[in-house]
Amino acid sequence: MLNSKVPSGNLSEKWDNHKFASKLVNPANKRKYTVIVVGTGLAGGSAAASLAELGYKVKNFCIQDSPRRAHSIAAQGGINAAKNYPNDGDSIFRLFYDTIKGGDYRSREANVYRLAQVSNEIIDQCVAQGIPFAREYGGLLANRSFGGAQVSRTFYARGQTGQQLLLGAYSALMRQVGKGKVELFPRQEMLDLVVIDGHAKGIITRNLVTGKIEKHVADAVVLGTGGYGNLFFLSTNAKNSNVTAAWRAHKKGAFFANPCYTQIHPTCIPVHGDIQSKLTLMSESLRNDGRVWVPKNKDDKRPPSQIPENDRDYYLERRYPSFGNLVPRDVASRNAKMVCDEGKGVNESGLAVYLDFADAIKRDGEHTIREKYGNLFQMYEKITDSNPYKEPMMIYPAVHYTMGGLWVDYNLMSNLDGLFVIGEANFSDHGANRLGASALMQGLADGYFVLPYTIGNYLANVPMNDKYSTDHEEFKIAEQEASDRMKKLVSMKGSKTVDEIHRKLGMAMWEYCGMARNEDGLKKALEVFPEIREEFWKDVNVTGTNEEFNQQLEKANRVADFLELAELFATDALHRNESCGGHFREESQTPEGEAKRNDEEFTYVAAWEFKGVGEKETMHKEDLEFENVKLTQRSYK
Amino acid sequence: MSADKIINLTLKVWRQKGPNAEGKLETYEAKGISQSMSFLEMIDTVNDELVKAGKDPIAFDHDCREGICGMCGAVVNGQAHGPDGGTTLCQLHMRKFNDGDSVVIEPWRSRAFPVIKDLVVDRSSFDRIIASGGFVSVNTGGTPDANALPIPKHDAELSMDAAACIGCGACVAACPNASAMLFVSAKVTQFALLPQGKVEAGERARNMVTTMDEEGFGNCTNIGECEASCPKEISLTNIARLNREFMKATFCSS
Ligand SMILES: Cc1cc2nc3c(=O)[nH]c(=O)nc-3n(C[C@H](O)[C@H](O)[C@H](O)COP(=O)(O)OP(=O)(O)OC[C@H]3O[C@@H](n4cnc5c(N)ncnc54)[C@H](O)[C@@H]3O)c2cc1C
Ligand code: FES
Repeated sequence: MLNSKVPSGNLSEKWDNHKFASKLVNPANKRKYTVIVVGTGLAGGSAAASLAELGYKVKNFCIQDSPRRAHSIAAQGGINAAKNYPNDGDSIFRLFYDTIKGGDYRSREANVYRLAQVSNEIIDQCVAQGIPFAREYGGLLANRSFGGAQVSRTFYARGQTGQQLLLGAYSALMRQVGKGKVELFPRQEMLDLVVIDGHAKGIITRNLVTGKIEKHVADAVVLGTGGYGNLFFLSTNAKNSNVTAAWRAHKKGAFFANPCYTQIHPTCIPVHGDIQSKLTLMSESLRNDGRVWVPKNKDDKRPPSQIPENDRDYYLERRYPSFGNLVPRDVASRNAKMVCDEGKGVNESGLAVYLDFADAIKRDGEHTIREKYGNLFQMYEKITDSNPYKEPMMIYPAVHYTMGGLWVDYNLMSNLDGLFVIGEANFSDHGANRLGASALMQGLADGYFVLPYTIGNYLANVPMNDKYSTDHEEFKIAEQEASDRMKKLVSMKGSKTVDEIHRKLGMAMWEYCGMARNEDGLKKALEVFPEIREEFWKDVNVTGTNEEFNQQLEKANRVADFLELAELFATDALHRNESCGGHFREESQTPEGEAKRNDEEFTYVAAWEFKGVGEKETMHKEDLEFENVKLTQRSYK
Repeated sequence: MSADKIINLTLKVWRQKGPNAEGKLETYEAKGISQSMSFLEMIDTVNDELVKAGKDPIAFDHDCREGICGMCGAVVNGQAHGPDGGTTLCQLHMRKFNDGDSVVIEPWRSRAFPVIKDLVVDRSSFDRIIASGGFVSVNTGGTPDANALPIPKHDAELSMDAAACIGCGACVAACPNASAMLFVSAKVTQFALLPQGKVEAGERARNMVTTMDEEGFGNCTNIGECEASCPKEISLTNIARLNREFMKATFCSS
């Protein structure tokens, strides 16, 4: 049984008590500790900046050419906080409650409550950094609504909220770089974690420009390396998003929790053609004003403008009158799949539904809609060549976010001492389904306001003279392994491109582990995935050498890890014989086709321990205890 | 969505093995390209063929493919990010091209952006400019309530217009002087318009401009190619504001 180290006491007092009980590192001693932060997204960037401000020596790594380009930059819709500025009944407890319920009661109460508590400080921090959030005419901050909530608590900067928040964290980070407090390593990819006597003490990286393998030592390692949605090949994630850092840490002993919890986002531009490289999200904020519908009659092939009101099925409004188009993502996605399975889908493929702004434009005027969503509409038109001011958008669900990730305790530390995991890379706050606008909140909560405290408590217990060097045997072994693997990848020169194999894996993932899963499919997946993995290691063609700038090699190295993760994913999905949030097991549904949890058997986190490639992993459980909310069947009716 | 038309193109692509190697334009046929593809998907297709033939694929930077990370970029037929206005290379679609077109693809060219390989350049000079002043000097924690200080909606909107810069470097690539003034001015303007950033506005302008010069970017002579090529349509008026802040700082402090 895993120990989550949740402090005792009342829910609302836990975090304050814990901060007080935590040990502190004396200001003069902080500079004697080095912390490696991998990742410069909202989580990694905010953590690196904050730790350096406190006085720690920080080494910060990222894959892109600049920290400002981390995948967080692409977030569109907004960030939640419990400010209750609109006076519509919000509170810390309500944000906590919505998040727990939205996650289908599969997250840890104490973490989620803390998240809601610090959410307000995040907004204060971001405004102080000069982030130009949207404002009302009186000069105060504007809010909008997101799925799964009946209050307006989402702060935004047009359709570019992630960009503005990330640039805020980036500017704080660069300020510390300018002061020499953070050493920056862009275009450097972590290939392994170095663990010495059970403690994370460093990483092995590859310099993506020269191909050189490097060793970096520290007193603690923080991973803010993002999610693994690209396991499905097609997703809304940036092309470089990957699981490698987390997976290598997993192979070094860190437990991987709830890998099967994946979020399939309801509003994405549908797939076109078969060489498509990625999917584009249309922000959930659009569901504030857009109405989702399909033709009532499946043989109705008229263009949308010629289908009269009576022949349209606004299925979300019909089935969920109180939340309507703003039901949570998992519910919206599953319903889109259902109507398409019934043959009512639109687009040539039949795999799309309409998202219609005609009523909103009539009500508020085109100008207002343009002001709110202008850049999203423009992006849609660029990609599809169709004008959403005139014709409804066509949308379909796509893989978007992964709630699963490395297991961490209340301090955001994994089961390996000294290895901290923050942002999308950990599993902690969203249970089986994440609500919109809460990933940005979590990434910044972890990086600005949680980790800087909890890591201090850890480092205070690390003796100052307990230093290791990169000459340690463990560093040499890890360096050799990383180097051998790179050489192996470029040596095969087989007949398949990396993308071909990745695409094949992605299609199998979508088929067996996508929006609906069942026992037969998952068993089949467990036969198919190892075959694809073997094919990869026999027949992949990585051009060029390992000692140069080589993008094929970068991709191959990441796909190799996805191939291993896929098996664990299916194993986890198979074992969890209940539906919850984004994990829909066809065997477990209500008569109306809603996800049906099995609380008796599955109110726990499944944290898996690596046992060797192709070996079945061992499951460790963390029981989830709910003292402040009552577990109920989620209803958005 | 419109029906896909298939076109064939002839590409002339800048190939350069490494920072110190000689580069040259190589010719490739891009066959069976669907017009619904993005420009990068077109290069993906060509690269697939190259890999299958055991040849080195064309190196190019990209990540989000949504026009927001600023990672992609190349000069296409003489235009930074290609022929479509207000668009990054990843959001450029093949409908903008016709069957039989010849397309020349080159990296950003500037002393301050050395080529790493093929179309990939080193833009870390931009990061160093930001590190020299592109921030508000606040630490984490202890900040006042976000609504304590109302900001006129109009100012916030203008600030956001400037903040939309994605740091791709197209402005530098398009400028005959390879100046980074549009990039620097966007950051300076974003902060100068907000009370939080006003405090350090002058010093920020001075520090960032100094670093820009040290990094080897050219001078601005008001040609305006930067604005025309900017995928986020950052306006030249930002440069006027930067000049004002710079002058204020220089005259008031000395
Ligand atoms: C299109 C889109 C829109 C979204 N919109 C919203 C929204 O409106 N609101 C919301 O709350 N959430 C949104 N999300 C989700 C949210 O953006 C992400 O969950 C969040 O930004 C993740 O932040 P992160 O810091 O954990 O990781 P990331 O931003 O993914 O950063 C990962 C970092 O790790 C680095 N890295 C990864 N692996 C390695 C390695 N091996 N070595 C070195 N460095 C490595 C990368 O270079 C990068 O710097 C959206 C997501 C998408 C895809
Ligand atoms: S790839 Fe991100 S802007 Fe083009």
